[in-house]
Amino acid sequence: MTIEMQVPALAPTPAGPPLAELRNIYVAFGGVHAVEDVTVDLHAGEVVGLVGGNGAGKSTLIRVLSGAHTADSGEVLINGQRVEIRNPRDAKALGIETIYQTLALADNIDAAGNVFLGRELQSRLGSLDDAAMESATRNVMGRLNPRFRNFKTPVKSLSGGQRQSVAIARAVHFNAKILIMDEPTAALGPAETAQVRELVMQLKAEGIGIFLISHDIHDVYDLSDRISVMLQGKLVGTVRKERVTKDEVLAMIIMGKQPGDVTQSDLEELHG
Amino acid sequence: MSEAQTAPPTTSGQPTGRSWRTALRALELDTRLLGMIGALAVIWLFFNFVSGGNFLTPRNLWNLSVQSSSIAIMATGMVLIIVSRNIDLSVGSMLGLLGYTMAMVQVNWLPNVLGVSYHEPYIWVVALLVGLVMGAVIGGITGFIVSYGGVPSFIVTLGGLLVWRGLIFRYAQGQTLAPLNETFQLFGGGPKGALGDVASWVLGLLACAGIVYTLWSGRRRKRRYGFPVRAMWAEVVVGVVGCVVVLVAVWVANSYSWPEALATQYAVEHGITEPPGGLIIPTGIAIPVVVMLGVGLVMTYIATRRRFGRYVYAIGGNPDAAELGGINVRRTIMLTFVLMGILAAVSAAVQTARLNAAVTNLGVQNELDVISAAVIGGTSFAGGIGTIPGAILGAFVMQSLRSGMLLLNVDSPTQDIVVGMVLVAAVGFDSYVRRRGG
Repeated sequence: MTIEMQVPALAPTPAGPPLAELRNIYVAFGGVHAVEDVTVDLHAGEVVGLVGGNGAGKSTLIRVLSGAHTADSGEVLINGQRVEIRNPRDAKALGIETIYQTLALADNIDAAGNVFLGRELQSRLGSLDDAAMESATRNVMGRLNPRFRNFKTPVKSLSGGQRQSVAIARAVHFNAKILIMDEPTAALGPAETAQVRELVMQLKAEGIGIFLISHDIHDVYDLSDRISVMLQGKLVGTVRKERVTKDEVLAMIIMGKQPGDVTQSDLEELHG
Repeated sequence: MSEAQTAPPTTSGQPTGRSWRTALRALELDTRLLGMIGALAVIWLFFNFVSGGNFLTPRNLWNLSVQSSSIAIMATGMVLIIVSRNIDLSVGSMLGLLGYTMAMVQVNWLPNVLGVSYHEPYIWVVALLVGLVMGAVIGGITGFIVSYGGVPSFIVTLGGLLVWRGLIFRYAQGQTLAPLNETFQLFGGGPKGALGDVASWVLGLLACAGIVYTLWSGRRRKRRYGFPVRAMWAEVVVGVVGCVVVLVAVWVANSYSWPEALATQYAVEHGITEPPGGLIIPTGIAIPVVVMLGVGLVMTYIATRRRFGRYVYAIGGNPDAAELGGINVRRTIMLTFVLMGILAAVSAAVQTARLNAAVTNLGVQNELDVISAAVIGGTSFAGGIGTIPGAILGAFVMQSLRSGMLLLNVDSPTQDIVVGMVLVAAVGFDSYVRRRGG
C-alpha cells in the first residue's frame, strides 16, 4: 500500500467497489509461506494479469478465490461485501468460474457431461436430461469453437485444443461475473491461442471481470488492463499496462524491482 | 426418410455382406457388452457339447439363473464402488451378518421376545426391513471411515471382513438357525419360489413393452433436439432381437416343470387327479431372478440417469476435477458404500432363503466372486469405467463356468484354478483391447 503512493507508474484504483478483492491473503503449506500478505482486485469489464515465475504463488492465490483452497488469513470481498468461500460450490454460487491449468476434466465423460459437471440439468423427476445438456453444449460450442464435433466421445480422446474448449465452455456457459483463467493458452497451438485471446476480449466487452494467470508475458501484456506481479509469495506491485514497458514488467517478475527503479544495467542483465 | 439426411450415409441403407462392420456400428451397441454375450454363448455351447447336451437344458439354465442372481445383485453395487476407485472386501462377511440377523429376527426375536408366531406372513417384511436398514448402517459406517476418515477402502473393508465375520461367530455360537418363515423362503427360488407360467409371460411382455418404449422415447428425444438418430432398420433390429431374447428366456423358464414328487404332492393337496405321465406345472422365472432383474434396472437407472451415478463416474475419472466441479466427493463415496450394504442385505435374503437356514459361514469368499463378476464384466480398477449390465453378465459367466465344470464332475480345486485363470485372462484381454483403442 505504501509503495503504491510513492511510485507514479503504479495503478490508481478505479472508482467504486471492485467486483472482487483479495485482501491481505496468507496461505502456508506446512510452514512454507506460498502467499504472504497479498492484495489484488478486479473490476467489471477488466482484465487483470497475474504474473510471476514458477512458484511465485499466483495459482495458490487465485485458488483461494475459486474455492479450491482456503486462506489461512485475509479477506475475500465480492462487490465490497465480505464473503466466505469454503469450496468450489461456494465460488460458483457467487458467479466465480475457473478454467484450471489442468483443465479439471473427467476424462471418461463426454463434453456435455463435463460442461454441466456438478450442475446437471434434470427432468422433473430428477433424471439427468442428457439431451438438453448436449443441446446447450452444442450451442455454446458453436460460439467458442464451431469446428467442435465430438459430443459423444469421452473427452480423453479429444485434442488439447478441444479439451480446452470444453473447459472454457464450462466456465462461460453459466453466466460468470468473474472468470479466472489459469494458463489458458499453455497447451494450445497458435491458431487456438488467437481464438482464446479473441474470447478474452469478447468476454471483457460483455462486462465480465477476468483474472488472467500466465507466465507468458506477451499474452498478459497484450490482453490485460492492469498487471499484478508476484515474486516468492509476495506482491511486487500492480501496474497499469499503458504506463509500463514489457521490460519493466520483466524486471518486476525476475528482480522484484519497481518500474521506476529499473536501471540500464538491469535491462542489460535481463536481455543478456 | 428424414433421418437419412442426419445419419451418416453408410448407415442409412440396408447392410450388405461386405459392410458388416458399418452395419454393426449403425446399431450403436456397446461392443464390449456384445463381446461378453458372445463369450457367454461360447462357454454355454462348449459345455453343452462336452457334456453331451446336458448344459443347455431348461433345468440347468433355470438353476444357473438362480445361482447367479445373488452374486449378480451385489456385483451391481460393486461396480459403483470400483468405478469410484475403491474396493469392498467385506461384502461376504456383511452378507453373512445380515443373513444371520434376518434369520434371528424371524426365528428368535419376533416369536420369543414379542410372542409373534413365526408363521405369520408379514414376518418376512419385518425381517427384510431390519436387514436392509442394518445393511445401510453397516455400509454407512464403512463409507464414513473411508471418505471422512481418510482410511483406504482396502484396509477398512479388510477390517470389516474380519469384524463382521467375527461378530457372526460371537453371537451365533456355531448355531444354525432354521427353518425360516414360509413366505421369506420364496426369495430363494425353488419350484415354489417362482412366478409360474402366466406371470412369467406377463413379465416377459412387460419387458418387451419396456424395450420398445425405451427405444421409441429415446428416438423422440433425440429428434426434438435435431440430433442424429439410428437408421430405422437398426432400431427395428435392436427391438426385435431384444424382445426375442426376453421371450426365449421366459419360454425356457416355463419349460422347466416342477419335479414329479412335488407335482404329485400338489395334486393330492388340491384334489386334482393326476393325468397319465404326471402333472406338468411350469416353474417360470424364479423370484430371486426377478429380484436381480429389478435391482439391475434400478441400479442401471441410478448409474446412468441420476446425478449420483454421474458423480460416481466423474470421481472415478478424475477425483480432483470432480471436487473442483463442485461435487461433494466424500458424501458420494459414502453413499456408494451405503448402497453396497443394502444390496448385500438383498443378497443375504436370497441366500438364507435358498438354504432355508442361516449358517455361520454364509457368504464366505463371496467378495471374491462379486469382485470377479464386476471385473469380468468390464469394470476397470483404474476407475471411471464399468457398467451394471456388464457386471450381471460377469456373474453369469462365473457361474456358468462353475456349474458347467460341476456338470462334468470337475473337482472344486480344479474349478478354482480354471476360474482364477479365466479371471486374469479376461481382464488381460480387456486391457489389451482398450490399449488398442477399443
